[in-house]
Amino acid sequence: MKTTISLTINGKPRTVAVEPRLSLADLLREELRLTATHLGCEQGVCGACTVLIDGEPARACIALAITLDGAEVRTLEGLADDPLMSTIKAAFQEKHGLQCGFCTPGMLISSWDLLKRKGALSEAEIRVAMSGNLCRCTGYQGIVRSIKAAADQRPAAAPEAAR
Amino acid sequence: MKPAPFTYHRATSVEDAIAQLSDPDAMARPLAGGQSLVPMLNLRLAPVGRLVDLGRIDALKHAEDQGASIRYGALLTHAAFEDRRVPDGSNGLMPHIGGQIAYRAVRTRGTIGGALALADPAADWLTTVVALEGEIAIAGAKGRRTVAAADFVVGPYMTALEDGEIIEAIVVPRRPAGERWGHYKATRKTGEYADSMAIALNDASSRNVRLVIGAADGAPLVMVKAAAACAQGANRGRVASLLHEQLAASGRDFAPAKLHLHRTTALRALQQAGLS
Repeated sequence: MKTTISLTINGKPRTVAVEPRLSLADLLREELRLTATHLGCEQGVCGACTVLIDGEPARACIALAITLDGAEVRTLEGLADDPLMSTIKAAFQEKHGLQCGFCTPGMLISSWDLLKRKGALSEAEIRVAMSGNLCRCTGYQGIVRSIKAAADQRPAAAPEAAR
Repeated sequence: MKPAPFTYHRATSVEDAIAQLSDPDAMARPLAGGQSLVPMLNLRLAPVGRLVDLGRIDALKHAEDQGASIRYGALLTHAAFEDRRVPDGSNGLMPHIGGQIAYRAVRTRGTIGGALALADPAADWLTTVVALEGEIAIAGAKGRRTVAAADFVVGPYMTALEDGEIIEAIVVPRRPAGERWGHYKATRKTGEYADSMAIALNDASSRNVRLVIGAADGAPLVMVKAAAACAQGANRGRVASLLHEQLAASGRDFAPAKLHLHRTTALRALQQAGLS
């Protein structure tokens, strides 16, 4: 039996009918055709499906859509015009931060959240903070270099106030 | 879509949740942050007929400073501790623990009560609340009761919770201001569940030492003898042999390498707390 929920996705109000077992990831990809959110493991391990729920990073594959009535969801599509995300994307291009690109949406969202929350970052801190995002190409050197470059490029490297 | 079908109820209050969970025919399970339960649903490891979502019960999301202790609502997230959005009476141990569970995208949704109710032996909060001598406040159809954290877990994934009961809060006594803590965790990968973890508390003014080893295939092990020896200034070799003795006599059947690992994490936690 489907239940109707209302939520905001990338700034647009949406009303959708969902089965209780539908994940947010499947809602985004299959119902709404927002395919920047990638599905890897579907059990909360790989981080490819990381999105922002009410401004905080979360795994879309283990968030049941029905629990998100009233929530504000932002995917990579919804950060297309975000200045920080543009900086991160440029750094990923410049520093070879992706190979096949499958893990990239999750890497981008997690690093966006990291850079929002933290000031100056060492390589070791980046590696710990990004440990929940797996790259099966094992392109971690380039990913870490990209995030470090984006962190260093930020004006005055001032984090937003902790949420 | 990965899970088998189930029905969903968004609980409006603790009483409503208990009523929904008490239905013997429903195969009902409570949903807290869902960071363990939903993967299990996706893998079809956890049969569920009715999912009772506790996520909208505001009463479970507050922390209350009660002076001698702090009462944490069961639905507070790991990130709430990490970001210090709740009071701390543990000299920073609880914020430290909250900040190193899994990954940020899990910590924003996973909850302290959910982690305790699952009672994975390697769960960080389990060892932490046992070390801090906390209590678990439980609500059910028969009323409310409190269980010492050390008695809450009866085995791997087995707790004192009865059918239809939920964790309402975790009550943690305020630790002495001068108490030092040490925490050491052995994992194969950052953010993974621990292969071994240990927490040591050292209150030099009262010469009181507490040592707990987690990820020990069941309830966390409180290492009373080694802690007492530490408090009396025993050297590292003596403490190590007492740890070895108690681990070997614990009935947990640790392989030699695992026993060595537990002993090592315990010694490192003690060292961080300024001992041996």
